[in-house]
Amino acid sequence: MRRLSHLLMIVLLTLAPAAGHADQADDAFADLASTNYDTIRQGVDLLAFSGHPQALAILSAMKDGRLYARTSDHRLFIKTDSGGFLDAVTGKAAPDVMASGLKQVRMNNPVRGEVDAALGSLSLMSPDPSARMTAAEAVFHSHDPAALPALDKAIAKETDPAVKQRLDQAHAAALLFSTDATDKDRLAAVAVIRARGDMDSRGLLDSLTNQPPAVAAAAHAAILSIDQVLELWSVVQSVYYGLSLGSVLLLAAAGLAITFGVMGVINMAHGEMVMIGAYVTFVVQQVIRAAAPGLFGASLLISVPLAFIVAGVLGIIIERTLIRWLYGRPLETLLATWGLSLVLQQAVRSIFGANNQDVGTPDWMSGATQVAGLTITFNRLYIIIFAAMVLAALMAALRFTSLGLSMRAVTQNRQMAAAMGIRTPWIDALTFGLGSGVAGMAGVALSQIDNVSPNLGQSYIIDSFMVVVFGGVGNLWGTVVGALTLGIVNKFLEPVAGAVLSKIVVLVLLILFIQRRPRGMFPLKGRAAEA
Amino acid sequence: MTRLSSTTTLALVMGGALLLAALNLGVAPTSQLHVSTYVVSLTGKYLCYAMLALAVDLVWGFAGILTLGHAAFFALGGYAMGMYLMRQIGARGVYANPILPDFMVFLGWDHLPWYWYGFDWFAFAALMVLLVPGILAMVFGWLAFRSRVTGVYLSIITQALTYALLLAFFRNDMGFGGNNGMTDFKDILGFSVQDETTRCALLVITAALLCLQFLVARYMVTSRFGKVLIAVRDTESRTRFLGYRPETYKLVVWVVSAVMAGIGGALYVPQVGIINPSEFAPGNSIEAVIWVAVGGRGTLSGAILGAVLVNLGKTWFTSALPELWLYALGAMFIFVTLLLPRGLMGLLPRRRSAAGVEPVVAAQEAAMDHETAVAQEAIE
Repeated sequence: MRRLSHLLMIVLLTLAPAAGHADQADDAFADLASTNYDTIRQGVDLLAFSGHPQALAILSAMKDGRLYARTSDHRLFIKTDSGGFLDAVTGKAAPDVMASGLKQVRMNNPVRGEVDAALGSLSLMSPDPSARMTAAEAVFHSHDPAALPALDKAIAKETDPAVKQRLDQAHAAALLFSTDATDKDRLAAVAVIRARGDMDSRGLLDSLTNQPPAVAAAAHAAILSIDQVLELWSVVQSVYYGLSLGSVLLLAAAGLAITFGVMGVINMAHGEMVMIGAYVTFVVQQVIRAAAPGLFGASLLISVPLAFIVAGVLGIIIERTLIRWLYGRPLETLLATWGLSLVLQQAVRSIFGANNQDVGTPDWMSGATQVAGLTITFNRLYIIIFAAMVLAALMAALRFTSLGLSMRAVTQNRQMAAAMGIRTPWIDALTFGLGSGVAGMAGVALSQIDNVSPNLGQSYIIDSFMVVVFGGVGNLWGTVVGALTLGIVNKFLEPVAGAVLSKIVVLVLLILFIQRRPRGMFPLKGRAAEA
Repeated sequence: MTRLSSTTTLALVMGGALLLAALNLGVAPTSQLHVSTYVVSLTGKYLCYAMLALAVDLVWGFAGILTLGHAAFFALGGYAMGMYLMRQIGARGVYANPILPDFMVFLGWDHLPWYWYGFDWFAFAALMVLLVPGILAMVFGWLAFRSRVTGVYLSIITQALTYALLLAFFRNDMGFGGNNGMTDFKDILGFSVQDETTRCALLVITAALLCLQFLVARYMVTSRFGKVLIAVRDTESRTRFLGYRPETYKLVVWVVSAVMAGIGGALYVPQVGIINPSEFAPGNSIEAVIWVAVGGRGTLSGAILGAVLVNLGKTWFTSALPELWLYALGAMFIFVTLLLPRGLMGLLPRRRSAAGVEPVVAAQEAAMDHETAVAQEAIE
């Protein structure tokens, strides 16, 4: 009944826009001031279709609980944010109104629903395109046929193509649920919703009942086609998650690959370099919060070079004091660096405490965007970009700098390099510093997606080793392929097997893979491989 | 065996265990000489760790396989024993289910999974203590040694193995109690596990089995087999060229070592009273390696000595100066590898250089020099 009255009212309105405004609005105001919920609901209805210029303001105020009625004469007032009152009907300030004589307009859930619906159809006409968009979406979800006339009007007036598309979709949805549409219109509506092709469209088509056979068949076909498209998007989404995990692994493993590749050194304290990078970020943010809050957005940009320097210098110190005594004894190096990692963890725990530290995310890194069927979270996206940049910088450094040249020479033939005048111990120290510095930068990125605690490095060290072992030693491309493969395989297994089981499966696959290729996917060729 | 002779080690282990048991049971609690049950169980725990250390030493010290996953075999043996002990609880659990352990009732399972069958029978559980680690080691070792995975690669995949098991045992659906593991044990072979007498008996049994393992390991490394093994450790390719099959030697010692670790785990569980997935943590395996390094790699007595001393230190540190323990442990790793490559055994005065394990260290050092040269020449 109510819907019918809606419809009637809107038809009337469209036919005679000027007529009856005043009466209707006055009735509505009287109804709103009532204490009976049904009467209030009727008032909301009336007001929504009265075309009164204040209707939107009044209904929004009501939604927020800022609409009051004066007990003495049932006049409506809107409370402003500053605590003053406006006359609801005129929209002018009402300075002489006493709060004591006012009563809030009553609301319960049905009334609230009515207000939301009314706001929805009112917003279809809003001058703000994004508000119209939201309203169209709301109608799409409610697919209330009563909104059809309002939609028709809105579509006719709409100029923004994106909003128009949404309005068309909402129209199609409402039409499918109306009782008196023709088969032809219905089929067209199904086509519109099929073209939209998201989860909501599928749900909508799925909930259709009492349709003519042709329409039902079309809806069924549309569901299948949407499923296919959604399936495709979920694959793309998995690839994206895999890339994002892979780039994290790449960041953590790149430094390890360098030190392992050039020096044959297994650095078990590598994870702690990552952890230290994360703590550098924390310290930088603390300083910025205290000294220059305006710079917070740039905190990560400041942290990246700082983390590189701190971790790099630490790496050089470690190499000079510890690792250089253990060259040619890779297993001993492994144990000594493990011991070092325990000391570093405990040192950080002693200084900063064992709890997770709060590392903030700058505004430009938080949030997400929807690209077609793909959800892209900004922090993940930036980490992918960052990993690519770090990788490019590393490759350029190895390829074009004199340090890189020396490093490659030492990797290929240490004795010959020494004979040519390269100071190999110095190159070792710098290589170790470079690898540790890269780990430090990885820590800055990881601080954005993981808990910053003394155990941060531990959770990545095994994965990083797997990447290096999988990709092959001394080959950055191997590390890239290894990291991305492991990331993507992991994310594809996750929906099938669950997060933990998929990790186990990946580990077992790796153990088996090593049997086939004991030196990784891209082993070093030539005499070097025989050692 | 030289510095600390085998007989001395055996006498110390067995005599110590018997003495503690006697002082616990035979001396009145009021007496100064009385030893508490806590100390008895603690010593039993150390001796179980010593078994793990012996197992690690056998593969690392004599076959050159640096295992970073031996605690996995230890924990598997422990789980086999834990399953037996769980079944012995019977209807005395919180949910009083005569068949299902508490955690299964809690998870709403209605029947026992097939792999729990037979564990109510001690002989079967004991067999599993040997077979489960043994078969896993055989499969893993066969795959790894056959394809000549060596050095750090092997170390890393042993770590991957224990890490994968850690994750697996954390899962509730595995049917091994999830992250809580198994605890609240009541009986072993009809004797209460809380009972002083049982505790003392367990300690003595552990000591006896440790001595047995020691003798087995000693027999292995001093026999012809052991000599080839040491050759494999020092230069695998040369041994291969001489016509030996290094992978067979490695596989045998690897499986024996895994079984020894499994026995250690099985005896560990009733004395500690709990087994949970954290036993699989990669850190535990690496800690076992440092026991061996501290005691003296390549000396069987050293492994036992290292395990007991380091754990004694850990017990003291974690109660007296908990925040310093990791510093101490980390420093130990660094100090021992840098300055004390032969461990504590290297500090003991040399005695006669009879046949046995002693020449190993010299050979090993020579090999290290060689390795260094090779590595310098064509670094990987």
